[in-house]
Amino acid sequence: MTTAVATTGRKPATMSQALNRALRDAMADDPAVHVLGEDVGTLGGVFRITDGLAKEFGEDRCTDTPLAEAGILGTAVGMAMYGLRPVVEMQFDAFAYPALEQLISHVSRMRNRTRGALPMPITVRVPYGGGIGGVEHHSDSSEALYMATPGLHVVTPATVADAYGLLRAAIASDDPVVFLEPKRLYWSKADWEPDRPEEVPGIGTAVVRRRGTSATLITYGPSLPVCLEAAEAATAEGWDLEVVDLRSLVPLDEETVCASVRRTGRAVVVHEATGFGGPGGELAARITERCFHHLEAPVLRVTGFDIPYPPPMLEKHHLPGVDRVLDAVARLQWEADWTSPGSGSGVSQGSAQGARGVSGAQGGVR
Amino acid sequence: MTVLEQPGAYRPTPPPAWQPRTDPAPLLPDDEPYRLLGTPAADALDPERLRLLHGHLVRGRRYNTQATALTRQGRLAVYPSSTGQEACEIAAALALEDRDWLFPSYRDTLAAVTRGLDPVQALTLLRGDWHTGYDPHEHRVAPLATPLATQLPHAVGLAHAARLKGDDVVALAMVGDGGTSEGDFHEALNFAAVWRAPVVFLVQNNGFAISVPLSKQTVAPSLAHKAVGYGMPGRLVDGNDAPAVLEVLTEAVRRARAGGGPTLVEAVTYRLDAHTNADDATRYRSDAEVAAWRSHDPVELVERELVRRDLVDADGLAAVREAAERMAADLRERMNEDPALDPMELFDHVYARRTARLREQAELLRAELAAAAADGSAHGGEREGTDR
Repeated sequence: MTTAVATTGRKPATMSQALNRALRDAMADDPAVHVLGEDVGTLGGVFRITDGLAKEFGEDRCTDTPLAEAGILGTAVGMAMYGLRPVVEMQFDAFAYPALEQLISHVSRMRNRTRGALPMPITVRVPYGGGIGGVEHHSDSSEALYMATPGLHVVTPATVADAYGLLRAAIASDDPVVFLEPKRLYWSKADWEPDRPEEVPGIGTAVVRRRGTSATLITYGPSLPVCLEAAEAATAEGWDLEVVDLRSLVPLDEETVCASVRRTGRAVVVHEATGFGGPGGELAARITERCFHHLEAPVLRVTGFDIPYPPPMLEKHHLPGVDRVLDAVARLQWEADWTSPGSGSGVSQGSAQGARGVSGAQGGVR
Repeated sequence: MTVLEQPGAYRPTPPPAWQPRTDPAPLLPDDEPYRLLGTPAADALDPERLRLLHGHLVRGRRYNTQATALTRQGRLAVYPSSTGQEACEIAAALALEDRDWLFPSYRDTLAAVTRGLDPVQALTLLRGDWHTGYDPHEHRVAPLATPLATQLPHAVGLAHAARLKGDDVVALAMVGDGGTSEGDFHEALNFAAVWRAPVVFLVQNNGFAISVPLSKQTVAPSLAHKAVGYGMPGRLVDGNDAPAVLEVLTEAVRRARAGGGPTLVEAVTYRLDAHTNADDATRYRSDAEVAAWRSHDPVELVERELVRRDLVDADGLAAVREAAERMAADLRERMNEDPALDPMELFDHVYARRTARLREQAELLRAELAAAAADGSAHGGEREGTDR
């Protein structure tokens, strides 16, 4: 590790550190940037994403507000009307629900209502998703709500570099951005140089994280590491999976997605959010519309179950893991000439949850 | 013996953070709505100010009746009339300086117009050709807000931001009695008090939230009392007494501008018309009640005062009415013109730049419009509708 640091000049940094640095750099670059939310000041946020900002920029720039999410976002609207660039923290995913009226009725459509006279350069930071043992109302993945609201951009980083780059882009955006932070990746590390952060593609650009030929896994945020691990595991079966990290759900980079699916002919969408009415449905529909004649199999979805987010001791059964992803990949393989003879039975059902479905499907589970 | 059974035992000295905070301004509202007209203080009212108010009130009443007539002619989709509430509407606009901001609700078109907005542009939302027909920056009037009380936190945020920038700007936010039950009302009051934001909240208590009377909305002694729990002054005023409303609001604006923080003003008034033209007010209130309020009409109150003090003659009254008629005739004429709409504008203001998805959908609509136009010319017919 030390050798790597010496040669690359980069040190391991966590996603939370990169987010903190992005806020700090944005505030230093633009006096209009104001951070507000519950506990963001003295405490530095419950996840410490705003650590040190109040001390460095003063309480007027990084403000502990009363505990009221509609009030936090509603006052941010007025601040934006007066020329500021508020960055709002919602603390936990489900805590954002009281602010949904402000988000949907005003933030998302103020530009539209006023024919462009009142743009809303607001960034709404929402730590989201499960896998950290949070109790009820601390693990929801509500991206479909935000995606279904015209006027909002919806982005979510999965890497340390993206955490920095996408948050800077969100704050610089003249449109409102719902910035979804995958809680369980807060402490994920990567070599990253805070004083020379690497350039990343902007909002609305997906990235192919792994090249492959057999099928495309389409994912984002907390499910990216799951998909990358699944892709590595699948090589044992001779499957070469491509992994696309959407990074931005709105706007959606359909070109990158469709180009990949046309190359591989197969697609699985993977996310933690519930499947019914979830982002995967939109992606599956769009891929079908645009790539139908390239598809060798139906577009499959691997998602959380269609249930309220479960209690922490059961969440491992709900969250899509490597096995469930591989099961879905196995179900894509019928009639494929590179699978072993006698396989391709997975049309009806995937193999039992928890088993390494790859071998199961290959073995001809019926 | 438990701690609760010991007489006076459980009386800990609160740590400093628990000390009740005090405010130099009195928090409790007046017992009775503040009035000027009909009191000895009315004699001291400035004649010019009374004439100014009278001109606005007569014009405002005419504006309300004209807009209501436009709904019957199909020129407006809906008009929530403020007939009977003109004193509040006009005072809200007149209490502010040019640099201040007004945050109206959907019923407050008249306040926006009194502040200088083009009446036609102010009616765009209600006509249905665009949600906000004016540039909010031009007269510093926020878009008319339809969801209840959601514009109040906006007023707080704007006033707070102005103060952070060093500008002595005040925001005045309007809400109805029903809106005081909404969460955003309470959050806005609390934020404003904690931040000491230069905001004035004007509650127009007109007795009903559509059909629900105030008695089913709250059991608080008054809506002004709600200020007390947030640590700000609450003032109760006769909402049909234009000089009184203007005085109370002007004082609240002055206090806010001087750094004294927010004020909640409850103006007790009455909606003489139905909620909108789609409402049947006879189902929930009696003719006698409406008649009683008609005898306390805000326009007549000021007019009677002018006559009583011999500050106006018949010619003067006629001149005021003629000016109001000219405004109404102009409004009628301009509203009779079909607005020019470009359907392609649907895609213009969703984002700063169209997304790929919106570009695709814009092309679809463009093709549909082109096909319809070609079809229309081929058949020698006119295009349907008024969107060309």
